Amino acid sequence: MTDMIVRELGQAWSEFTRAFAHLLPRLLAMLIIALVGWVIAYVLKIMLRSLLRLVKFDRLSERAGATQLLSTAALPSPSELLCQLVFWLAWVGILLAGISFLDIGGLQKHIGAFFLYLPRFFAALFLIFLGMLASGFFARAALLAGVNADLPSPLLLSQAVRVLIIILTISMAFEELGLAQRTIIIAFTIVFGALMLGMAIAFGLGGQGLAREFLERRLSAQRRERKHESDLSPL
Amino acid sequence: MAEDNILPDDLLRQLISVGEVDILVGLHTHNHAKTIEHVVQVIREGLLKYFPRERIAVMNADGGSTDGTPELVRAASITDVRHANSFQTLRTLHCISSQYGAEVSTGRAMQMIFAAADLLRARACAVIAPESSEIQPDWTEKLIRPVYRDRADFVAPVYRRNRFEGILVTNLLYPMTRALYGKSIREPRPGEFAFSDTLASRFVGHPMWNQEAGRLGPEVCVTLEALADGFRIVQSFLGSKGQAERQAADLVTALRQTVGPLFWSMENADGAWSAPPEAPTLLTIGPAFDISTDGAVNVDLARLHQMFCSGTKDLESVLNSIVSADTLSQLQYSASLDEAHFRFSDELWAKAVFEFASAYHHSVMSRDHIIQALAPLYRGRAYTFVTENLNVAPDALGDRIESLCLTFERFKPYLIELWSAPERGS
Repeated sequence: MTDMIVRELGQAWSEFTRAFAHLLPRLLAMLIIALVGWVIAYVLKIMLRSLLRLVKFDRLSERAGATQLLSTAALPSPSELLCQLVFWLAWVGILLAGISFLDIGGLQKHIGAFFLYLPRFFAALFLIFLGMLASGFFARAALLAGVNADLPSPLLLSQAVRVLIIILTISMAFEELGLAQRTIIIAFTIVFGALMLGMAIAFGLGGQGLAREFLERRLSAQRRERKHESDLSPL
Repeated sequence: MAEDNILPDDLLRQLISVGEVDILVGLHTHNHAKTIEHVVQVIREGLLKYFPRERIAVMNADGGSTDGTPELVRAASITDVRHANSFQTLRTLHCISSQYGAEVSTGRAMQMIFAAADLLRARACAVIAPESSEIQPDWTEKLIRPVYRDRADFVAPVYRRNRFEGILVTNLLYPMTRALYGKSIREPRPGEFAFSDTLASRFVGHPMWNQEAGRLGPEVCVTLEALADGFRIVQSFLGSKGQAERQAADLVTALRQTVGPLFWSMENADGAWSAPPEAPTLLTIGPAFDISTDGAVNVDLARLHQMFCSGTKDLESVLNSIVSADTLSQLQYSASLDEAHFRFSDELWAKAVFEFASAYHHSVMSRDHIIQALAPLYRGRAYTFVTENLNVAPDALGDRIESLCLTFERFKPYLIELWSAPERGS
């Protein structure tokens, strides 16, 4: 009985040592890969930082309004954020490739899914960046048009344009990521529909006087105002 | 040849049948049926009277008029003029018309006129604005003669203006052009002008025609490029043109047609204007400056002031990227003043305009947005110009404009510094 227990223990120990001996080189290889991966990710970060500085990415982001948005959320500058993101993605990617060397059952599938998800993640990031650019441009265009047409609240109009484009962009990015697709679509539809309905009701009921004044000004007093402008013809 | 791509086949056929000419008169039209018949008749009258021995063609580049403008140009009969005025011509006066494209563009029409002038080897070519209802027969002579007889390369007009007419020209285009090139071109956006065969062949393939600036404001581009290239320029006094004819659709359109091309031209001819300015003398036939103070002024000054104040406040984030912090604070201070104390000084105006030019050069944002952002500032400046000169005599008004020009010239080193400096924040 005692002999049997000792023999089994010995067998278990020898299996453990064999398995450990089998795993140890893979673990070492993974650690080396992780270390090399860190170096590669760091070099990538440095290179990307120089490239972004060269193409004046921060200025572009500032013009798009992304910098102000990130600083409001106490986040670093867009170029720094992108560099950090690339660093972590590269390192985690290489680390996961290293982990796959450990040959742990079931892990391969999840690692594969992670790599397959990366293009969608980058597409979503690109969408958000384009959305920020577009929102900055169109908000400024609306502001300038509003100011030069002497509209009552050009800043409000500009902010409305910016918010609408950002909401649209975020919903598109979430859809690309495949996160809560139905919720996002339903939420977007409700918000957008409510906004439009609210504006229609507000203009129809609350802004009757304004609408009347606007139409009267357009239809009857337009000629007089133009005369004032024509007396001061710029050319 | 550059003309191959610019001139449509039907026009090319018409030009070939005309053959070489001495003088070409170009008209760019789009739905100008109300005025074009009179304009063509007066041009013909002038040509028959002053150039009876020359081979002449009148060419109309039309933007697809639907009111029969090209037919009116073609139908304007030479015999009517002869019968009415007993003029005799020794040559045939050809009159041709062609559509330049589906999209209405003065620049495209102008390029076609330049290409036709080059192809026909015209020694002189005059461009006449189709809406010039106050045109006189001697305009053709005043524009063409300096090129045809005296070998000038470019003839710019001088018009008799009402004192508050063309404030954008008197307060921005003229002083800035003079500060840049040291030449007193009174009308840097001429409705009428003339040019030589040398200038036509140089400009027919110019990059301006492919740019937004050349499409929207070809008159400004041609004038400034002629200055930058050192062509021999002469001014010729034409008389009154009439205010309505020069009116742009609105202020922003006017800015796009003038300030946009001005800033673009500065960029295109970078080396030409950064040199120290010469004395601003220019050969002018007739008076170099004629301002009329007749008639009452009916301007909504309160609205101008209100639009400057609200515009400066609302556009703070936009102006912050265009002008310096000092200029912005001065603008904001001005915007906080009531009408009685408000003043947009010459210095502030010159500085702001130069900072806008620099922002355009550095593309701190969409260039069209930069041009649009100038509108509230122009309104503030126009308010000051009108209130300060409501009751002054024409000579005193001339002195005020001269003083503004000197301020622009004084600030030129600041412009050069801004222009060559790296963009703010880089």
